[in-house]
This record gives sequence, structure tokens and C-alpha cells, in this order.
Amino acid sequence: MEKIIKVGMADLNVCIAPDAITTLGLGSCVGIVLYDKIKKIGGLAHIMLPDSSKIMNNSNKAKFADTGIDTLINDMKKIGAKEDNLIAKIAGGAQMFEFSSNSDMLRIGIRNVEATKFKLKELGIRIVAEDTGKNYGRTITFYPKTGELHIKSMGKDIIIV
Amino acid sequence: MDLKDLNSMQFDVFRELGNIGAGNAVTALSKLTNLRIDMAVPTVSFLEFNEIAEKVGGADKDIAGILINLSGDIEGMMMYILSTKATRSLVNLMMGSFTTTALNEDIENYSDIELSALKEVGNIISGAYLSSLSALTNLTIITSVPYLSIDMAGAVLSVPAIEFGKISDKALLIDTEFGTSDNSVNGYFVLIPSLDSYGVILKSLGL
Repeated sequence: MEKIIKVGMADLNVCIAPDAITTLGLGSCVGIVLYDKIKKIGGLAHIMLPDSSKIMNNSNKAKFADTGIDTLINDMKKIGAKEDNLIAKIAGGAQMFEFSSNSDMLRIGIRNVEATKFKLKELGIRIVAEDTGKNYGRTITFYPKTGELHIKSMGKDIIIV
Repeated sequence: MDLKDLNSMQFDVFRELGNIGAGNAVTALSKLTNLRIDMAVPTVSFLEFNEIAEKVGGADKDIAGILINLSGDIEGMMMYILSTKATRSLVNLMMGSFTTTALNEDIENYSDIELSALKEVGNIISGAYLSSLSALTNLTIITSVPYLSIDMAGAVLSVPAIEFGKISDKALLIDTEFGTSDNSVNGYFVLIPSLDSYGVILKSLGL
């Protein structure tokens, strides 16, 4: 029977069709889905911060956009994915509160998205779908079987990208 | 100071601070709404980020979160979390006869004045919480204006998680559950001091 694998905050995991992979309540964090269409392998990272090199405590690789993507690719390769086949879908990076002053906190969602795009570009992985920014949270579920990413937000219809 | 260095007595100190703060906040809320509101004994815990949302019922549960940034002698964040149902009943209580919205109505259907009222509730009760802490510890605590977000718990709590995630994989959470017997107004107070603030608080109390 197919299962849905849950990924928490600052966490990542991989799955093979027909299994699916999900993360609940993405806020300013970014959910990065990598997909090997040929092998039907999916990976999902729920990153919190843009850059591991600017932070002292960076042992948790899944916490950062740069190291999170590297680790996710490695884990996907371990179960048979090929790096050349990978495409990406990203969601999240919202601004949950309308902060008036603290600019660092104000921009964290945007900076997470920028860092994610930068890293993916560096690795030559194409982003085929994106639902980022705005001011609401997202629950995302990825189905490697079809390649569909379902995005659910409070009081809104499900978006499929 | 490192989180691991906290001993059980220091944990008890934080629990007692939560108790006093939440006690004052619940009293303020009770006066404001004219309701009898009970509170549970606060819990003090070091939580991984993905566990924080579980505390308030799961990452995809819809909640209202009112966040206040703390600065001054200590830094951190104070959050006041309400279920969507409690949010509506609280707004209705605050607005009195000016609003007729039913409890089951769409959560996003708040007017500006209702949202403003909600923030003000957050302001009043967080103020009660923090001024009692301030009086007890003799520390200056400066609060920001209240910020409000009505969304999934995981998304709302990602904001403090990211802020504290820069320095640690875990956060000290002092949380207190409160509510009326019929659950019309229930929620949590959550105080998250920054890593540097633990020592400051303990020192101010002579510990």
C-alpha cells in the first residue's frame, strides 16, 4: 500500500512511487521538491534558513537551503535517482507577520527563496513550478507517480503544479 | 550559557516565571471578557522546531497567533496562540453588539476593526504577563507592537523557529494552556527567550 512520508521542519526525506511525500504548514520556510521523472523518485527538504556558512551552529544540514539541497540529492542518488534527471518544484517563503521594523525578519521568506533558486541554478537543476512569497502558509504533498505537487492553504482551493 | 547546563532547579524557576506571568495574563483576559478562565500548570521544555507545532495541536492546524518581540535586558518572543473558534468568540466578546458573525463562519472573514481588537487583546494580556516578569526580575522588557497571523500552526510558528534557529536547534519554551470550561476561549501563552537571556533572567533572581 502506498504511504505518505512526513517531513518536519528542518528535515528532509525521499520516496519512490507510489509513495508520496508531504510537509505541513510551510511558513517562511521553503519546501524544495526534487524529482527524477524517469525513476519516479521524489525528495523533499523543508529548509528554514538560506545559508549555512553564515551560521555558527550548522550541523543540521536540512536546516539550510545550500546544504539541504546537497544532502537531498545525495539521499536520492542512494536510492537510484540520477542527478541529470532532476527537476525542482518549490513552495513557501511567505511573510507570516507584517513586521514594520526588523528588516532581517521581514525578508527571511524572500531570502530563503532566493538562496534556494541560487543553489539550484548553480547545480543546473531547472525549477519547473513555483508557488512562493505572499502572506499565507502552505501544506504541500508531492506524488512522484504523477509528478504533481499539491499545495493547500487555509481557506483556499488546492493548487496542483 | 548552554541549554544543557540548566539544572532542575533552574527549570523550576522558569516554570514559576511562566506561572506568575500567565496567571496575570489570564486575570487580565478574564477581566476583559468577564469570563471565568482557568489555566494549567505551565510546562517548560526544550523542543526541536518540528515539535513546537505539535504542542499546539499539529503543524496543519488552523490557529491565530499574536506575536510580540521582546527587547531590552532580555530578548525573545512572546506568542499568544488561540484556536480559530476561540478567536471568533473572543472577537465577538470584544466587539459586543457591533458584530453578529456566527462562530462557525469563515475564519478569514474578519474586518479590520475586528483584527485590531484581536491584536489589542494580545497586547493587553501579553503586557500583563511581561510586566509581572519585569517586576519580579527587575529587568527592563521592551515590547514591540503586536503582530497577528491567522494560519496553519506550523507556518505561524516558523517565524520564531527561524529566528531562534540561527543559534540553536532547540528552543526553550515556557507554555501555559488556558481556557474556559466550555472551551469558548482557550489557547496558549508561549514565551521563548533567546539563548543569551536565560542567564540574564537567572542572574537577576540571584541564581
